[in-house]
Amino acid sequence: MNLVFYFLQQLVNALSIGSLYALMAVGLAMVFSILRLINFAHGDLIMVAAYIAAFALLGKLPLVVTIVLMLAGTILLGLLMERVAYRPIRGAPDVAALLTSFAVGQILQNGTLLVTRLLQRPNPLAFPVISALSGVFTFGSITIPRVNVLSLVLGIILLVLLSLFVTRTDLGLSMRAAAEDLPAARLMGIDTNRVIATAFAIGSGLAAVAGLLFAVQAGQLTPYMGFTPVLKAFIAAVIGGFGSISGAIIGGYALGGLEVLLTAIPGIGDILPPGLVAPGVQAWLRQWLPSSLTSYRDAFVFIVLILVLLFRPNGILGSREREEMG
Amino acid sequence: MLELHEVEVAYGNIRALKGISLSVAEGELVTLIGANGAGKSTTLKTISGLLRPKAGTLLYQDQALDRLPPHQIVALGISHCPEGRHLFGRLTVTENLRLGAVQRRDREKVPDDIEHVYKLFPVLKDRRAQLAGTLSGGEQQMLAIGRAMMSRPRLLLLDEPSLGLAPILVGLIFETIQQLKREGTTILLVEQNARLALEIADRAYVMETGRVTLQGPATELKHNPQVEHTYLGT
Repeated sequence: MNLVFYFLQQLVNALSIGSLYALMAVGLAMVFSILRLINFAHGDLIMVAAYIAAFALLGKLPLVVTIVLMLAGTILLGLLMERVAYRPIRGAPDVAALLTSFAVGQILQNGTLLVTRLLQRPNPLAFPVISALSGVFTFGSITIPRVNVLSLVLGIILLVLLSLFVTRTDLGLSMRAAAEDLPAARLMGIDTNRVIATAFAIGSGLAAVAGLLFAVQAGQLTPYMGFTPVLKAFIAAVIGGFGSISGAIIGGYALGGLEVLLTAIPGIGDILPPGLVAPGVQAWLRQWLPSSLTSYRDAFVFIVLILVLLFRPNGILGSREREEMG
Repeated sequence: MLELHEVEVAYGNIRALKGISLSVAEGELVTLIGANGAGKSTTLKTISGLLRPKAGTLLYQDQALDRLPPHQIVALGISHCPEGRHLFGRLTVTENLRLGAVQRRDREKVPDDIEHVYKLFPVLKDRRAQLAGTLSGGEQQMLAIGRAMMSRPRLLLLDEPSLGLAPILVGLIFETIQQLKREGTTILLVEQNARLALEIADRAYVMETGRVTLQGPATELKHNPQVEHTYLGT
């Protein structure tokens, strides 16, 4: 019985962390699919969103106002980034765009540091407790943090809305067309600047949501906190098949599942109820899969990434799309 | 309707168009013929705004085209069906057609126009839910022309519609081109197959290395000894 609860708990964890990765990865994938730009400053948008939310809450603004400010601020910043930094170098070699994204990231990090000093706030900054998002849900003997459940539900709702947008609306269809063949999309009468701005706006909005959920879970903010999420989102997008939105979503959940699996399996020997498996097996599990292996989780994640790149360089969805092309 | 005057275009240091002038009148079918690299596709790309001229003027119904982005040129009523078709292979046939009409204001008429394309090319209706990348070469060319017609152009730029097609399909495509002309569309046709192009065109321009070297009524050019020798192989 315990084991069933344990499994359910880990499943919720996997889906909630997967939702965060997917929310971040689709922003990267949308921009990459159209511009061939790996926007590493995407992680810094997540950071800025968290800081906007923190400053708003510390200024005693209500939660709803905080969320609106955070979304609006992050989306505007994403649009500004595209207009000021990326549009002028469109058509330049990919390396130039990549370096620009690092520069944009640096500017956002240092800007945040500056604002933190001006507002005389400490660095790192403790994220204010949001009572609506803190606490746990208890089902029988399992407890799940509320923010995890929220991540899962919100993630799925937003990703479904995004899927409807790209398949059902003309603007979404134009975005897919621009991703496949930008010159041909221009010949269709698609205003590519508008489509690219839309991709940045949607990606930034989703990054803001992920940033808030991420901040609530982490509890503490630094201007450099965007690096790990953007790296994870990048891995998720590569695993799924870089440049496709559905690939980014699948990759996000695959990475979430993988990480939780790599956290849950070590130490499993300590949790299994006595008598479920032979004592020899249990002793073997304790010896070879001790809970201390958990700290190597990211190393295992990168091993999986390398294997994916070796055997399925186009990602989980990549090769299937090639077949569809005939 | 369309008037190019001394248009020059360069790719970096390479001058692809060295000052070409041509005109297309309302209702005409005009063809550009010439060898590979003569600048035929470059001319079409400059008209549709994908390339910017270095010098010269492009006028469409007395409006200058050379500073407009491609989507505004489409909105003026010029549609460019590019060489190599450039379909959206991972989108369905219907989605490709819908994209041809994205910039139109009269959204409610789009489904009727999709039906019109299906009437023109019934095989596309059978394949409407299929991904465009899975179509045969002939079907892809039909879809490319159908997609270009979805913006309801008054001027259609067609680049090498017969390229890589079996003779029977070439015949079908050329019949369709003539039908579009009868329906009132003005057409500027770039073709390697000079014989066929001169057969259906009203007037023709012969291009060589970025210049117009000959021009005139198609029936006249067909019997021009130089054209016969170089492009018709007689």
